[in-house]
This record gives sequence, C-alpha cells and structure tokens, in this order.
Amino acid sequence: MSIPKKVFTKGNEAIAMAAINAGCHYYFGYPITPQNEIPEYMAEHLPAVGGEFLQAESEIASINMLLGAAATGVRVMTSSSGPGISLMQEGFSYFAGNELPAVVVNISRQGPGLGGINATQGDYFQSVKGGGHGDYKLIVLAPHTGQELYDLTIKAFEISEKYRMLTLILGDAILGQIKEPIIPWIPEKISGDPDRDWLITGAKGRTPRKITSLFLADGEMEKHNWHLQEKYERLERDDVMVEEVDTEDAELIVVAFGSVARIVKSAIAQVREAGMKVGLVRPITLFPFPRQTLLDVGGRTKKFLVVEMNTGQMVEDVRLSLPGDCQVDFYGRPGGSVPTPEDLYDVISETYTAQSSN
Amino acid sequence: MKQVFKRPEAMTDKPFHFCPGCHHGIVHRLVAEALDHFAVREKTVGVASVGCSVFLYDYFAGEVIEAPHGRASAVAAGTKRVLKDHVVFTYQGDGDLAAIGTAEVIHAANRGDNITVIFVNNGIYGMTGGQMAPTTLLGQRSTTSPYGRDCHRDGYPIKMTEMLAALEGPSLVSRVAVNTPGNVKKARKVIRQAFQMQIEGKGFSFVEVLSTCPTNWGMTPQAANDRIAEEMIPYFPLGTLKQKDIVDVL
Amino acid sequence: MYNDVIMAGFGGQGIMLIGNLLAYAAILEDKNVTFLPSYGVEMRGGTANCSVVIDEREVGSPIVGRPMSLIIMNRPSLVKFEPRMKPGGVVILNKTLVAPEVSERDDIDLVALDLNALSEAAAGNTRLANMVALGAYVQKSGAVTVASVSVALKDALNPKYHKMIPANQKAIEAGAAAVKS
Repeated sequence: MSIPKKVFTKGNEAIAMAAINAGCHYYFGYPITPQNEIPEYMAEHLPAVGGEFLQAESEIASINMLLGAAATGVRVMTSSSGPGISLMQEGFSYFAGNELPAVVVNISRQGPGLGGINATQGDYFQSVKGGGHGDYKLIVLAPHTGQELYDLTIKAFEISEKYRMLTLILGDAILGQIKEPIIPWIPEKISGDPDRDWLITGAKGRTPRKITSLFLADGEMEKHNWHLQEKYERLERDDVMVEEVDTEDAELIVVAFGSVARIVKSAIAQVREAGMKVGLVRPITLFPFPRQTLLDVGGRTKKFLVVEMNTGQMVEDVRLSLPGDCQVDFYGRPGGSVPTPEDLYDVISETYTAQSSN
Repeated sequence: MKQVFKRPEAMTDKPFHFCPGCHHGIVHRLVAEALDHFAVREKTVGVASVGCSVFLYDYFAGEVIEAPHGRASAVAAGTKRVLKDHVVFTYQGDGDLAAIGTAEVIHAANRGDNITVIFVNNGIYGMTGGQMAPTTLLGQRSTTSPYGRDCHRDGYPIKMTEMLAALEGPSLVSRVAVNTPGNVKKARKVIRQAFQMQIEGKGFSFVEVLSTCPTNWGMTPQAANDRIAEEMIPYFPLGTLKQKDIVDVL
Repeated sequence: MYNDVIMAGFGGQGIMLIGNLLAYAAILEDKNVTFLPSYGVEMRGGTANCSVVIDEREVGSPIVGRPMSLIIMNRPSLVKFEPRMKPGGVVILNKTLVAPEVSERDDIDLVALDLNALSEAAAGNTRLANMVALGAYVQKSGAVTVASVSVALKDALNPKYHKMIPANQKAIEAGAAAVKS
C-alpha cells in the first residue's frame, strides 16, 4: 500500500487513519461531539478496505458490538466522548473479565452531566481507576500531538493484543480538532495472530471455546482476579511510556499529560530562557502509571508541580509515586478553561521562585 | 437395532441444571436439532444472555460468547459482521430481551441483522428468584409484585413479537409454545425456519417461545403446562406474524 | 522563527479556509504548524475563529493566549481578541466592516484595509476579501512567503474550485501589495 509522506489532518482523522492502517476493519460507534470526524472517516474509508462501519443505536450497543467482533480476533475500535464513554463502562468491565482486546477512543469533553464540548481532563479517574464494576484496569494512552495520536493508535492495537486488554486512548477536544502535519506509516503487523487459542471462529474440527467472565466454582473467581492482576503487574514492569524533558538539572519538575502537557512545554521553554531550571515529566501511559520514573526523579528534585485541566486527579497518583520528602503543588483548570502558555509561565515561575526562597 | 432417538450433535452430554418441568431444556434441544438439520454446528456461534439461559455454553456443543445483561443482540450483531458465513444466534430470556435489552433487540431487528434470536418468555425472573418480568401477566404475583401486577403501576405485559413484527427489517417473527407435544412439533418447525432464514441470508429471525417456570410460579410441572394454555396463550397468541418466502425444507 | 495568528470573523467569511491555507504554505516551507479551529456549538453563533502557530522547531502550545497577530474580519472579533494582543502585535483589520476607531489599543500595529474594495479591484468581486487579508498578513509578518501561499492554494482548495486559483492568487498579491512600505 502506498501512503502519502506527510498529510495535514485533524487529530480525529489521524486516529481513524492510523486505525485503518493498523488493520482495524470494523468500527461500531454512535455520534457525539467533539469526535465525529472519527466515525465519519471510518464510514467513508472502511468499505474500500473490505471492512464494515456500523452506526449503533447507542454507546451501549457500540461497546457490545465491539465485544462480539473482538471475540473473533479481528482488530476493532469504537470512539466516543465522556457521556458515551460513561455508557460503555459496563462493557469495559466485561472486556476485562472476558480478556478481549480492542481499542476505545475518548475524545473527552467537559462534565459532569451533559457538560460542554471544550477540552478538559476530567475523565482521568474514570479512565485509570475503572469506571465499571470489579477489580480491573484498562491500558490508558495519553497522546499530546497529532503525530502521537497516530502513533499511539497503532500502539494501542498492539498492546491491547499483547495483554488481551481493552486499550483506551484518552484525548480531548484540542487534540481531536487540531490540524497539523503528520507522517503516516504502516506497522509490520496489521492483524493479531490467527492461531490464538481463544478465538471464536466456529468450532470446526476442534473443541468448542467459550468467552465468559462467569466463574462460579469455588476459588475460580479469585484465581481469575489474580491472573488479571499478574497482567497488570507485567504491564507496569514492561510497558510504561513516559517522556522526560530537562529533568536532569531541574529544581522544579512539572508533571502533566495530554494536550496541556504541550502547553506546559511552551511555558517551560520560556521559563528556561528566563534562567529557571524547570523540567517536565509527561506520562504517556496513564495506566500503567510511570511510578518508577517519578520515584527516580523525586530522588534528586524535591519540588513538583502537577498541571491538569481538572480540579486534581492525576496529582493523587503523582503524590503516591514520589518519595515522601517531595513537595507537590497543583494547578488545575476545570470545565473547559484551557490555560495559555502565559498563564502557565506565571504559575511555574511563581512556584519556582517560592522554592528558591526556601 | 435401529436408533430412533438420540441426543443432537449440537448438544453436549452435560446434565441440565434446569428445574424439573422447566421448558429451557426443550428449547435448547429444538435449537440443537435445527443446527444439526443444517449441519452447521461447527460454524455456529451462540451468544448467551444473563439469567437461567447463561449456561448455554455448557449445553451447546459449539462456540459461545457470554454477553452482558441485555446486550446479546448487539454482541451477535458485532460477531456476525465479522463471521458473515457463520450462523450466529442469541438465546435470551424475558428480563434480558424485553427489559434491559429492549433497545438492542429492536435495533438489531430493524437493521435486519442476519442473526437468529430465540426469546424464552416465562413471564418471571427465574435466576434471581421470581421477580416481576416485563411479560408477567396482569394480576400475577411475583416477589416484586406481591399483590399482583397492576397495570397502573407496572404497565402491561409487553408483546415483543407483535412489536418486532411491525418493523420492516425482520424476515421471520413468530411466537410458539412447547407445553404440548403438538406445540413442540410446531415450535421445532418454526425454529428450523428461523435458522434457514439466516443461512439463506434473509436477515433477522425471531422466535418467542412461551415457557414455564414451575419453581417461581409455585406450580407442579403439569399445572405450569396447563397455565401456558389457559393464561399465557390467550394474552400472547401463537402464530407467525411475519415471514419472508423460503422454500420449505421440512 | 516563531509566528502565531488568530483569525476571526463571521461564518462564511472564509476564516477557516485562510487558516488552512496558511498552514499548507508553512508545510510547503517544511515548517511545523498547528491549526486549531473553533468548532461545534461555538460555530453555531455565526462567528468563527482559528489559531495558527508556525515554528521551525516543534510547535509547543497550539493554544494562543496572547497573540502576536490578528486577522479581524468583523467587529465582535476585534472586541474579543484585541485586548489579549501582545504589545507591538499586528492587526489586519477589515475596514469595510469595522471602523479603525473601534480599536482601543495604541501599542499595536493596526493595519486597516478596505478588503472588499481591494478584492473587487484585484479579482472583480468582493468574495476574496479573506485572501486579501491573508496576503497582507504574510507580507507583514513574514511567517511564510506570499509565493508559498499562492502555491499552497491547490492543497487548501477543494479541486472543484481549482479554476479559481488565479483569481485567489491575484487577491493574495493585492493584499501583500497594500502593506508593502
């Protein structure tokens, strides 16, 4: 397949393009702003690759159609925004229990309730702490640029198959709506292994299989839970992704994810120009969370500032990860109010100065 | 010696957990017979629902996906879109299909998804212990309608077959019962037709089977069978309300 | 070199088109660029705006808090964005619709142009006022070259409008000429 060298595209379209290039030929979804370019792109382009797009009657139906397709081993995706993701939580829990791989995109919006369509990060807890019932985790990826939306969408399919886990891409309206040039690429592997021993493909010439999350026999449910836990531990050991910028000499380290991390980068470039030694830790996997990275940088830098577009969610995980003698400040902007680089320059330099005077 | 009766190939030899007099066993067998008839067991995927029917995967000798409560039709819609040349069916009770999963089955039917839905209606919640179902008859007592179902509070027993027959999408919509040998024979034919519709690519087929729950009805199996005839069939009349043309294979 | 601009006006004035066009021109010059449009319900009110950031390095924030340039096509947009401008910033103002006196800043470079008249003179109609404004902006800011904008028209315009490219080029050049000192 020949693909263009560089394309100027919306974040939402970059996700859809990457999904198709990663071999995702089935998409089920229900429209909601600000992610509609994803289903629209899939509806337009999936027929050409012999795939199928289906607009479901609800997000509840979408996630369950995804489940039915994922059980056959094909790459499948759905996308939505906060309110729709809430409706899918039941399905997320079943994906976890059934150990099925698939990719879900949350181009999140303001909440609670109907909220609004501007960019926020209020869905962090829902994503990483488990919004559905039971003791489970999702893999959560947090891109911060158009290129990363593309790259991490491909990664999402791969890691989801590696662990047989639902993988959530958490973005927001800035990332979904922004247009920028990206370089598309096609991964080597564009489908899961057809020999996996759990695929539902009809029981021709072999023992029938079942996909279930029901374990009634004595001790079976506990065993299953420990098995899931083992995967989560393996993820934390092998597949954490995190970006560090200028942390080596930093006297203050900012921790931020997703679109706001990009704004933080601009602000840090400015404060560095003004002579302040500030670095950035940007978690790319929100689960598994980069606990070890924070423990390491917390060994040499003692002052941290967490910036989020909410009232304080990831900051809890940062505090749990850092050594006890680190000081953690928080700057949050909820409800669709996006801080500018200038706002963050002020916050960062004030925090930095307060530290220096200690 | 000539063998005149045997377990269908599409069934395992696991003993049913169902209560004495429950019709699930009969309906399971009729589904298995239909799959045997078309010799499709090895290319069939069943979707189990939540309720007494969840153990479909223990009794059906083919592949089974367990769906979240009410979502079987949506799960089947997803599976069928990938496995287009396979037979995909759901097996759902009245709480699963006619309460929590109403939207999913209506839209699968309306899209004409090429799947088969077997809807077992016994007018009560069996597995959770006898609570009111959307199909519980007026005046019928259950643990959550201890004074009898009241239309002013609970509405009326919902007629899924009639509702779905009003849609353009389905190829077959029928209600049968298995309370007498005669009715079992008719049900066997309709369930077979439902799978034939799917195999011939004619779209969504739906069979509602009126069924007993002697345990939660508080009746003997015989009395429960009689109740089907005396109380359920008058409200839920049997018959095929919608059917596309097929060549009769029987 | 870093440049940012917020473009704003009524829906239908071609704001999104010139934002896209500028971005395509930056890509032609192998620069990094982000284009962030207003969207959704924000667009239903009849106003549209977008932010374009161009940088030779990786673009940091696509959000522009204190813009260094504005293209302002209607009065509400001037009222909304002018107070946020950096001192010394450039405003290309559509004098056809907004009197320069509405501006309240004396520390910015206000370039008021009768965009409709310039469009009419260059292309025979007033519909290319947006292109005139963009031509003026790129000439004034040097964010990209006027030539790149002209070449990028084929990328930004729907192929069914490609026969209009010469007229668009004339409008862009007219805008650039109007601000050449």
